[in-house]
Amino acid sequence: MSEALSNGSAPILAVDEVSVSLAGREVLRDVSFAIESGEFTGLIGSNGAGKTTLFRVILGLQAAHGTVLVGGAPRSRRNPLIGYVPQKFQLDPDVPLRARDLVALGLDAHRYGIATPSRARRARVEEMLEAVDARDFADARVGTLSGGEQQRVLIAHALIAAPKLLLLDEPLANLDLRSGHEVVALLARITSEQRIAVLISAHEMNPLLPVIDRIVYLAAGRAASGTTEEVVRTSVLSALYGHHVDVLQVHGRVLVVAGEAGELADTSDHSHTQTQVEIVS
Amino acid sequence: MFSGFMIHAWTVATIVAVVAGLVGFFVVLRGSAFVAHAIPNGSFAGAAAASLVGINTLIGFGVFAFFGAFSISALGHRGRHDVATALTLVLMLGLGALFVTLSVEYTPEVYSLLFGEILGVSISQLIPTAGLAVVCVIAIALLYRPLMLSSLLPDVAEARGIATARIDLAFLAVVALATTMTVPVVGTLLIFSLMIGAPAAARSFTDKPLQALGLSVAIALAIVWAAIALSYQTNYPVGFFVGTVSAASYTVGRLWAAWTRHAGIRSPTGPRVGPKYT
Repeated sequence: MSEALSNGSAPILAVDEVSVSLAGREVLRDVSFAIESGEFTGLIGSNGAGKTTLFRVILGLQAAHGTVLVGGAPRSRRNPLIGYVPQKFQLDPDVPLRARDLVALGLDAHRYGIATPSRARRARVEEMLEAVDARDFADARVGTLSGGEQQRVLIAHALIAAPKLLLLDEPLANLDLRSGHEVVALLARITSEQRIAVLISAHEMNPLLPVIDRIVYLAAGRAASGTTEEVVRTSVLSALYGHHVDVLQVHGRVLVVAGEAGELADTSDHSHTQTQVEIVS
Repeated sequence: MFSGFMIHAWTVATIVAVVAGLVGFFVVLRGSAFVAHAIPNGSFAGAAAASLVGINTLIGFGVFAFFGAFSISALGHRGRHDVATALTLVLMLGLGALFVTLSVEYTPEVYSLLFGEILGVSISQLIPTAGLAVVCVIAIALLYRPLMLSSLLPDVAEARGIATARIDLAFLAVVALATTMTVPVVGTLLIFSLMIGAPAAARSFTDKPLQALGLSVAIALAIVWAAIALSYQTNYPVGFFVGTVSAASYTVGRLWAAWTRHAGIRSPTGPRVGPKYT
């Protein structure tokens, strides 16, 4: 496995023909894509497209047909190669836990017992706080931080275990525009500096387009992957959705619009407020 | 005040406070105060059942405590216990009502489980209490890190490969054990106030988790020691003082937190003072 990683031939994540049914409904069908180290990939799909389910499959928490290789080996629970930042989390401001304590927990929370403090440990926590620009609020309670700050602390919590693949589930969903930009810029920097692969899910692709190397587009349970130019095209997305959609460029932003030409003019009127319109049948 | 049976009272109170402070820290962290209320109160039914069939009430109590813990853990979904806890409590209280009615005679041991008999502790009770306390302390120390993460960020813990459901069950079993060992001494009503009051107060004084855990034990100790001393002086029940001193310590904690924030000292909610920016 380590040889495969070092010569760079095997992708860090290879998803092949993965299908998942939940309560009789097919959530994912024959999803295949691969991610290389040092790549920043966007997993794009509307709400309910199966993004979280796909993450759970990669993490080994969800049964699925097909194969998933992480670092060349079959997926497993407790995979030290993967770091994960969930979509929903709530940290109570009353909890006596500083940002630096949460980052430190990322090192060895799965171990029993209480951590023994050491200089190396403190230095590693400090390094991670630095990497996510969290030094200023390292001693504040995590519950009192803003959404963007908490997101950064959770990224540091995931990174401290030195994963090769970082999964982030809708990190921009609950952030204001500026915090969102900061998190995206931070992730782009981490991807290149630490040579890890980052897979970030989002229902809105435009904030990610300037920084992502590749895109995995989920719709109707199926996926198309490649560079943005290869995937976000009328022909590819129409085939994916199973009906005709138009891909429009408006002021450098991408709109995916379904429906007849008559409805098209209608939706493009709202392009100032809606950067992306997705109408899935 | 420090002779004869009082020595036993001081010793056992100290043991109980350490356990309540430690276990209570995680009860409060997980937002499981209702569980800590339901397990001791519902397990009262077990004591009533044991008294009915003529066996040691503590055995009945323990069996019901673990039954309660398992049922709450099995019925609860991903750490959300509200409804499961309520239903478990309702079932156990219903059984308790039946068993108490079926008993022909008034049973003082059952009554003593409600309020405890800290001043009537015998040496034969002291040793098993100490033994079970050691088990509780070791369990909390072992579970510390995975329990901390799965309490705060269950999704992250699960992704890390931590078996969150098993950790949850293990923790509830520790709550059941802590309750069973302490209830004969301090009663179902007192253990609850110690488990919540001390750790809730501790969180107001420090931002550091281990410090808060230590402080929780210290405050629990201060509460029971003060309660016994006051009870000895006044002849009012120990329970009255445990409840009121516990509530008072929480109030002091909240006032301290408000004051430090207002005064702009490095506050319990971090060095940054004033409205948070985004």
